[in-house]
Amino acid sequence: MWGRFFGQRLLQLIPVLLGVSFIVFLTMHLTPGDPIEHMLGQAGRITQEQIDELRAHYGLDRPLAVQYGLFLRNAAAGNFGPSYSHQGRDVGVVVAARLPATLELTLFAFVIAILFAIPAGVIASLRPQGAFDRTATVAALLGISVPGFWLGIVLMIIFGLRLGWLPISGRIQLGLAPPPVTGLNTLDALLAGNAAALWSTVKHLVLPGLAMAAPMAAMVMRMVRSSMIGVLAQDYIQFARAKGLPEMTVVGKHALRNALIPTVNIVALQTGLLLSGNMIIETVFQYPGLGKLAVDAIAAADYPLVQAVVLIYAVSYVLLNLGADALHAVLDPRVRAA
Amino acid sequence: MSRPLLQVRELSTQFSTYRGTLPAVDGVDLTIERGETLALVGESGCGKSVTALSIMRLVRRPGRIAGGEVWFDGEDLLRKSQAEMRELRGGRIAMVFQDPLSTLNPTLSVENQIVESLQIHGFARGRAARARGVELLEAMGIPAARERLHSYPHELSGGMRQRVMLAIAVSCEPELLIADEPTTALDVTLQAQIMDLLARLKEERRLAILLITHDLGIVSQFSDRAAVMYAGQIVEQAPVGDLLEEPLHPYTRGLLRCVPRVGRPDIPLTPIEGSVPDMVSLPRGCRFAPRCPEVMDRCREAAPALCDRGPERSVRCYLYRAAGQTAARQGSA
Amino acid sequence: MAEQVSEEEALASVAATAPGMVRLLLGNRVAVIAGLVVVAFLAVGLFAPVLAPRDPNTQHPEAIRAAPFWQAGADARFLLGTDSLGRDLLSRIMYGARVSILLGVAVVLLTLVAGAGLGMLAGYFRGWFDAVMSRIVDTLLAFPFLIFALAIMAATGPNLMALVLALAFKGWVDFYRVARGDVLAARAADYVTAARGVGASTPHILLSEILPNIVPPLIVLATLRMATIIIAEASLSFLGIGVPPSIPAWGTMVADGRADIGSAWWIATFPGLAILLLVLSVNLFGEGLRDVLDPRMRKS
Repeated sequence: MWGRFFGQRLLQLIPVLLGVSFIVFLTMHLTPGDPIEHMLGQAGRITQEQIDELRAHYGLDRPLAVQYGLFLRNAAAGNFGPSYSHQGRDVGVVVAARLPATLELTLFAFVIAILFAIPAGVIASLRPQGAFDRTATVAALLGISVPGFWLGIVLMIIFGLRLGWLPISGRIQLGLAPPPVTGLNTLDALLAGNAAALWSTVKHLVLPGLAMAAPMAAMVMRMVRSSMIGVLAQDYIQFARAKGLPEMTVVGKHALRNALIPTVNIVALQTGLLLSGNMIIETVFQYPGLGKLAVDAIAAADYPLVQAVVLIYAVSYVLLNLGADALHAVLDPRVRAA
Repeated sequence: MSRPLLQVRELSTQFSTYRGTLPAVDGVDLTIERGETLALVGESGCGKSVTALSIMRLVRRPGRIAGGEVWFDGEDLLRKSQAEMRELRGGRIAMVFQDPLSTLNPTLSVENQIVESLQIHGFARGRAARARGVELLEAMGIPAARERLHSYPHELSGGMRQRVMLAIAVSCEPELLIADEPTTALDVTLQAQIMDLLARLKEERRLAILLITHDLGIVSQFSDRAAVMYAGQIVEQAPVGDLLEEPLHPYTRGLLRCVPRVGRPDIPLTPIEGSVPDMVSLPRGCRFAPRCPEVMDRCREAAPALCDRGPERSVRCYLYRAAGQTAARQGSA
Repeated sequence: MAEQVSEEEALASVAATAPGMVRLLLGNRVAVIAGLVVVAFLAVGLFAPVLAPRDPNTQHPEAIRAAPFWQAGADARFLLGTDSLGRDLLSRIMYGARVSILLGVAVVLLTLVAGAGLGMLAGYFRGWFDAVMSRIVDTLLAFPFLIFALAIMAATGPNLMALVLALAFKGWVDFYRVARGDVLAARAADYVTAARGVGASTPHILLSEILPNIVPPLIVLATLRMATIIIAEASLSFLGIGVPPSIPAWGTMVADGRADIGSAWWIATFPGLAILLLVLSVNLFGEGLRDVLDPRMRKS
């Protein structure tokens, strides 16, 4: 059953990837920026021959259809070619170097958001219109109304500059980086038993993580709250109480499982927003991850790099939705039968 | 005679609505002896379910229990702490609800929901609990109980779900079972099966049952005594046979006239005119007065109190005087 | 308890009439205040040339980075201070309202019409069109909007038309889905069958029968999307690829102020506050609208 479940959805991945890659390909190539010029920007006087040579070298003089075909063939083999804006280094290598940073930041943001939002939503639902609920609702509304980049900057001003508690850019203090095993500084620091590195990493994660987590936490909290309110009004909750179960069990076991179902769906739908937010926040905080890489790459018209990053984002989106579907099936046995 | 298992006195439960206070249960008295079945009869909205919830102290905002006493085996439940009530609920007093599909948690397995009860009340843990669960399902007449244990509510039929609910209810050997319309959501054949099951349980375990229903057929077949409720008050109480042969209160008579009689197609069905009163703004006199075919002037001026009419009989109506005595207790006006 | 009319039912019957809806909305104080704030922003944006104390683009080299009036180092001429080029912050913020609101409205209208139109067609006619559209929608959803927007804007350079398109690129999907879903449901409804029975033509059914019924949730969605678009535009402007730099825009202003967050923090903070205030009000008003237009849609 699980095989079929995953198989189906992975198959759906293919047309989506094709579609996404096509759109990106088209957009980048139809727009007037010239990667060659970007590449050679600082190199001083260049002759037309050198430009043409480079162009041929990168295959940019072939017709679009051919270029797309080549791109697909190479991509299927995992080869995205050289990155124009990174001195011709292989795109795969460039991306791999930055991927863990984004992974770490996103996971961090996700965890903070969930750890805060779910309990808040549950508590708010227990006494609707009560003091906690009203406060939480206002906070949630603020969370979805605040522009991410501005929140990042304000956090920087208050906690980074005025109070000086936390750093405002980068991933870790220079020189403290632990030997890279997984690429995730937190894990690597733990593995190396390096407390200073761990501490520094966490400090660098806090501000961008908060900025990324805010809108997501707001949404999750609202969803949990409203589902819980609906669930708590159901008969089976009353029956659970009639069995003599303690209220914590009734809320935490019987109610929450049901309330999480629509929440998981909503979160999955919003992953696109999470990814966009990631790009902006990384730019604001000069955080060396995929997001910033993408923004810079687009500005430099670095086609192969942009292709690769976009594809990664698309794959992440589909995988995240897949995960959400799986979680849905775990929570709701009625879905498994289908 | 030994002390009754359940004795409810002057129970009052109110709801605050945006239009005012609603006295859903207004001075209700009930008594149930051990092993006895009392049917609580009435139309929807008369307050019978709220009465049951009040006895279990499961009434939640915006409702609250406003007064009265609920004596269970010598202790007033209304004075107990929440922790003590939790011990009783599902333990010595159990409750089953109307619609088994919505009363079982759809995301938890049958096993989970049965074992949970057993564990909370200290009856069994782990494997012993699972074994006990299988026994209970079998006792309720569920075939292939061992496999069924792992099913989810949506995989079971309506009748089976109701049996599961009963299994959960009796799992911790309660002395009192409150059944709120246990058969309303089922079709006729299933109704009969479930009622048979209840009869068996009652026999085997000397279970006292508070049966809430609007189905007079079930009342006659199954209960020992019946109490008729209207607009939050008990209007008549009697042993079942007496109630059906010789109904006193005009409302009870009206109810019986609505029920077709087997073999007597000539007796016309007469509905009760009018509709239930607006509970937030009740009429000054008797609550049934606007619909009563035998209404008198004094009925509209002041509400009658419940008065005795013999052993185990009482009625709330000016048509009758207490049999020789003035033992009428105060009813709320 | 069953006989008592529930609060929801009472509200629903009142809200079914248009004057009833307006009254219900007006009863919601928060929504009313929010609505007024939005109108205020609109007015400020529209009448900025008249209301603004100074020209937003004029630089005052003698008053660079002047502080807001309550701080030391303030210049009485500039209430909220000036930026690194000596331009009056208050006036720039007022002019920024024009861009944000105009763009917001334009994009929302565009996506509303396009999305709802396509949705209605897909929902009513189903078939291959619907199938193809679902594929397209799925693909678009996998796209973080920012990438496409970045690509277009990086390519065309600062260009308002392109900006509108970039912002509208993904936005129509929500309207599409709501319209399609509602039309699917309406299709099977009695009033549609009745209309067909009387011989009504398809365009008539779509426009006169179905459309009025799906309008309320679309209106609510439009209001809430407006909030998202405003933030999206500000984000793009912040990254330097939104509104052309010659036009004062809040996002651009925040980016300008970024270098000075250590000393002249107000340059980056106030424009962002304006965004926050406007978006918050739009959201609050949208929620109030939702409570009135479609209580079923309420999250709680």
